[in-house]
Amino acid sequence: MIASLSLILLCQLAGEAIVRGLGAPVPAPVIGLALLLALLLARDQLSVLEFGPLRNDGVEEAAGGLLRHMSLMFVPAGVGVVQQLDLIADRGVAITLVLAASVVITLLATVATFLASAWLIARLRGAR
Amino acid sequence: MKADPFALWVYLSQTPLLWLTMTLLVYALVDAVSQATGRNALANPVLHSIWIVGVFLWLTGTSYTTYFSGAQFVHFLLGPATVALAVPLYENREVIVASILPMIAALMVGCVTAIVSVVLLAEAAGLPKTVVLSLAPKSVTAGVAMGISESLGGDPSLAAVAVIITGIMGAIAVTPLMNALGIRDFRARGFAVGLASHGLGTARAFQVDALAGAFAGIAMSLNALVTSLLVPVAATLLLR
Repeated sequence: MIASLSLILLCQLAGEAIVRGLGAPVPAPVIGLALLLALLLARDQLSVLEFGPLRNDGVEEAAGGLLRHMSLMFVPAGVGVVQQLDLIADRGVAITLVLAASVVITLLATVATFLASAWLIARLRGAR
Repeated sequence: MKADPFALWVYLSQTPLLWLTMTLLVYALVDAVSQATGRNALANPVLHSIWIVGVFLWLTGTSYTTYFSGAQFVHFLLGPATVALAVPLYENREVIVASILPMIAALMVGCVTAIVSVVLLAEAAGLPKTVVLSLAPKSVTAGVAMGISESLGGDPSLAAVAVIITGIMGAIAVTPLMNALGIRDFRARGFAVGLASHGLGTARAFQVDALAGAFAGIAMSLNALVTSLLVPVAATLLLR
């Protein structure tokens, strides 16, 4: 458990070092994600990597534990709304409506593109 | 000597322990209610935790800085949880590779839609420019959105609030919306909610279906990348 969490933190730390070092406009945890994914894929090819957290689903279980409780982690930032009460009183309704409309439009555009292109690709494959 | 309850409160309310305990306790209670309702979308645990904690801070006159001194330990875990998304990606790698083209198409269209729709709607609603710049990156996870809006001259704390509101609304809307449209492809449903509503959408997707959760996780991480590149471009093109 501790070794698995250390591995996850180590990936994030390496991501942080890469982002700082290169001045890249990419969030460090996203680089950490790519590193952990590369490690897991490499493990399937190289048996030397099968040790500690990369053995017996160690890191898999620790990651599952974190992901099951991801909602909780948004609560502290969300409570930050108490710092914006003046703006909310003034413009809250407009902001909420704008965000609601935008999120529904985004959901529809994304799901429609996904389904349409999946359908198109299946048809092209079938036609060949 | 009998302790003065007010002095005890003054002491405890300055300790991180009280606010960390409160965050976990409120969430645990609200989450139990959400479970009892069969994960009804309206019983969103984040939404109800936020207003309950917020009202409590307001009633006790506690500053957000004091609250955050305790809550930061939970907030910190957002980073490791993002790294942990590598595991569902790895476990679903075959399905993901098989649908790589629809994913790329949906990512591009969805990311542009998310940014352009909010900027145009906010301009039409007559919101001030700093607010528009703070809302623009609202579909990516909090830490990333705060960085983007700050570099453009927006307000990072407002950006964080816009991110959370967007996340909660997407998580509440997605299941009834997709069911009403008769969309049963859980890859597409998960991808859409992860793109539009980042980690909160991903958390919701994992509650509904494991495959949807994995696709939501990919959409969320890819969108964080693309949005950080596109929002500065959109801001220069759409805002005068």
